[in-house]
Amino acid sequence: MPKDGGIGASTKRREDVRFLSGTGNYTDDINLHNQTYVHFLRSDIAHGRIKNIDTSAASAMPGVVRIFTGADFEGVGGIPCGWEITDRFGEKMQEPAHPVLAQGKVRHVGDPICAVVAETLEQARDAAEAIELDIEELPAVVDMKKALEEGATKVHDDLTSNLCYDWGFVEENKAAVEEAFQKAAHVTTLELVNNRLIANPMEPRVAVGDFNRGTGDHTLYTTSQNPHVIRLLMGAFVLGIPEHKLRVVAPDVGGGFGTKIFHYAEEAFCTFAAKAINRPVKWTSTRSEAFMSDAHGRDHVSTIQLALDADNNFTALRTDTYANMGAYLSTFAPSVPTWLHGTLMAGNYKTPLVYVNVKAVFTNTVPVDAYRGAGRPEATFQLERVVDKAALELGVDPVALRRQNFITEFPYATPVAVEYDTGDYHATMDKLTQVADFAGFEARRAESKAKGKLRGFGVNCYIEACGIAPSNLVGQLGARAGLYESATVRVNATGGLVVMTGSHSHGQGHETAFPQVIADMIGIDASMVEIEHGDTDKAPMGMGTYGSRSLAVGGSAMVRATEKIINKAKKIAAHLMEASEGDIELKDGQFSVAGTDKSVAWGDVTLAAYVPHNYPLEDIEPGLEETAFYDPANFTYPSGAYCCEVEVDPDTGKVTIERFAAADDFGNIVNPMIVSGQVHGGIAQGIGQALLEGAAYDENGQLLTGSYMDYAMPRASDVPFYTVDHSCQTPCTHNPLGVKGCGEAGAIGSPPAVVNAVVDALRSAGKDITHIDMPLSPARVWAAMNNA
Amino acid sequence: MYNFEFEKPTTVADAVAALSSDEAQALGGGQTLLPTMKQRLAMPEKLVSLSGIAEMKGVSAAAGTLTIGGGTTHKTVADEASAYPALAALASNIGDPAVRNRGTIGGSLANNDPSACYPSAALASGATIVTNAREIAADDYFQGMFTTALDEGEIITAVKFPIPEKANYQKFEQPASRFALVGVYVAKYADGVRVAVTGASEEGVFRWSEAEAALSSNFSASALEGLSVPADGMIADLHGTAAYRAHLVSVLTKRAVTAAA
Repeated sequence: MPKDGGIGASTKRREDVRFLSGTGNYTDDINLHNQTYVHFLRSDIAHGRIKNIDTSAASAMPGVVRIFTGADFEGVGGIPCGWEITDRFGEKMQEPAHPVLAQGKVRHVGDPICAVVAETLEQARDAAEAIELDIEELPAVVDMKKALEEGATKVHDDLTSNLCYDWGFVEENKAAVEEAFQKAAHVTTLELVNNRLIANPMEPRVAVGDFNRGTGDHTLYTTSQNPHVIRLLMGAFVLGIPEHKLRVVAPDVGGGFGTKIFHYAEEAFCTFAAKAINRPVKWTSTRSEAFMSDAHGRDHVSTIQLALDADNNFTALRTDTYANMGAYLSTFAPSVPTWLHGTLMAGNYKTPLVYVNVKAVFTNTVPVDAYRGAGRPEATFQLERVVDKAALELGVDPVALRRQNFITEFPYATPVAVEYDTGDYHATMDKLTQVADFAGFEARRAESKAKGKLRGFGVNCYIEACGIAPSNLVGQLGARAGLYESATVRVNATGGLVVMTGSHSHGQGHETAFPQVIADMIGIDASMVEIEHGDTDKAPMGMGTYGSRSLAVGGSAMVRATEKIINKAKKIAAHLMEASEGDIELKDGQFSVAGTDKSVAWGDVTLAAYVPHNYPLEDIEPGLEETAFYDPANFTYPSGAYCCEVEVDPDTGKVTIERFAAADDFGNIVNPMIVSGQVHGGIAQGIGQALLEGAAYDENGQLLTGSYMDYAMPRASDVPFYTVDHSCQTPCTHNPLGVKGCGEAGAIGSPPAVVNAVVDALRSAGKDITHIDMPLSPARVWAAMNNA
Repeated sequence: MYNFEFEKPTTVADAVAALSSDEAQALGGGQTLLPTMKQRLAMPEKLVSLSGIAEMKGVSAAAGTLTIGGGTTHKTVADEASAYPALAALASNIGDPAVRNRGTIGGSLANNDPSACYPSAALASGATIVTNAREIAADDYFQGMFTTALDEGEIITAVKFPIPEKANYQKFEQPASRFALVGVYVAKYADGVRVAVTGASEEGVFRWSEAEAALSSNFSASALEGLSVPADGMIADLHGTAAYRAHLVSVLTKRAVTAAA
């Protein structure tokens, strides 16, 4: 049994004390002396040419400090993109300019045109209404396939078309894949949509810019998952501020889900304007603004084909996807449909040949980027839906078909360029079979039938690539950044520790889980360890939190730094006990000399490090503080199997989730309670995508789902009590903790289970239905039933 | 939100006086008006709150009639309208607890949102809308989406519901807003059955007379077999086609009858 507070303990989250008692410190809680407020006047049309902006009347309004337009940002950098894709012909992607405030054209509803800075927010809003805009409306480009037609209106006049890139992967396998399809005994084809989502973190985005005229120092407080990345992108590429003159602070952040990874125009604006007017500038997004300015997620339209031989072995897979980039390239947008998607298309299966084509398209919509799972849900959804459809067509059990094709030998090099280090897909399916009670389904179906409901059963598997990522590898793939993580471990004289990590916690529970690791390593109480994150002036340069990387990469950096601490502490202990360093053992917070009863406590050694009276000063420096940068050798590959049971009301088409079970393999686990919570949240978002959520635009590029009146978020009553099991553990082989990451699994693994279950339910009523596009709203399910 | 003046009278007479000026707007629970003002989509010069008027609050039952003060919250109706259980049940399922503790029956009926719940209850119950000036029969009161018989500055002081023998409300929620995508209220009286539908029609709440006739002679779901409302004139949007809404009217009417019977 783990001791309380160490690795394996379900320690309650210490950060919840402040979150639940109203004593957190969120960006909107930060108010600076002499602060001003900015209101962004945003485009209410999807596409238009700016002919004139008259701010003269507005500038004279009460309280107005200054009104900025795109002209104020001439000569200033644009919002950069952090990933460059090389297309299947060896050409670089088309990369449009992304000005902080619109220049020349507006390109989506919500595109900021003017920024009104005033003494109060209401004065800023009043003045914005007095700005006279002369914008010539242009035809909006909304549908991706139409956007690529000859003669389509261009979102960016200076690009050759609306095609960002045409990516093929693995291009060298294309001919072999086609040949395998020629020889296939059976081919299953499925067209599907991965619906556009809006992340909707509970806390909207906020930015507060500050400038100190005395020192020339800039500070940006912002709702970010990765403050160092913002410092680098904004400082180096937009505003030209060196890092030593720019501090970025992301304090308590109320949820990110990907959409707070990216560098946004509002952050650059507040930082820029604070210097321009020599006063702090604050922006707090309204929920309405969030809908039209936070990067959206998903939005893929795909055709996937699976080839099988006469024995139902998968022989080849190919998929064609149109991926919506929106109007501009958000920070990591190009990587999502490519390297975070194509590399996962093998899934859990030993399909020998895979070819993935992705056409990324510019449209007059909000930019699209990573959202919980980012590319991997899109891959999993396609793959697990087409496998289910193949089982239907072949008349075989979908679980048996999956099992027959599982990868069973590890490490396994996929045909899509990644190597799975460990996994046991039969084990998670076995566990799922048990915890989801497959055997009892028919009885439950009969009970549902007695109530007039159609019950359906859906299973799927998933694999994901987490612990992002080996820097040299992603560099080859087009990343303009490294993806290591950092940690500084500072031991105080009296033995307490502060870990400054480049990871950022915005709901993940780092402040609880990270100390559990150190408590285990040293043998002290976890309460002696404090986690500091989110301030570029404190933590060493780190890359932040996304891609389920915090523990696998950030935790590994912390382990490496702590190992350095322990090594140095052993030297000090050896000196104090006049023993050989090689004989020193550390256990339960005591250093002892092997084979003797001599020992010194952790606190004695830390005190000696800072009060070095009896200390080997000729050999080692005083103090006890170490930094490590950890660059992972590979991705990690969490995997699992999910099962959903639904009831469909045949009269209305309404779907309810009756049971949901997850059997995940996350490798080793530090805090099982936090892991369960992450899975719960992920599944809730996956159910949201499957049944409720979906951003919709009309043909003019107006966002139809611009508020909670029309954008359906999952609520507690929409989700069941989950059965979550993570007892199957094949530890990661290449990081020191053997951990794989759990943040995105639920959102990746759950949508296909839900859709598979609904299709099964409808087929049980004799409906010849093989697919319904998400969200499976009552209206859509009813229409499908009535058209079948 | 734009600036506005605010008055909170304590009598209906004072409220009527306060509302007599141009650009004055009555404020019930504010569950529609305040979000609209926050979006700067409404800019009344003066808000006259009706929430301080004691004579407009409360639920009472006498002689087969349930009377609800116009300023009574949904929460109070849910808790206190036990003489008319179907109506209490409807009130208990409007919005969420915050909405139910602020929103009022008078505010809802004055606004006449085409997807609101209360209009169906008032119309199906043949309720009487009592104002500071007159009494209006529900059949005359609802005049299309967001349109009623109320004059400028007229205040709903109470609503009188004849208590039916049997009644039930079935709401099929729009997945995002949880307003009624379609809601059907069925009320059976000694002299016949009334069926009112909310959420579905471009004309706002309406009575389904065919169903009323069928149910008046045979109050069972089977009496509705083969009956349907035409899809023409039904609302079509992201959440459902006109045909889907028309279909739901039939489904929910049957369910309401079954639940009431």
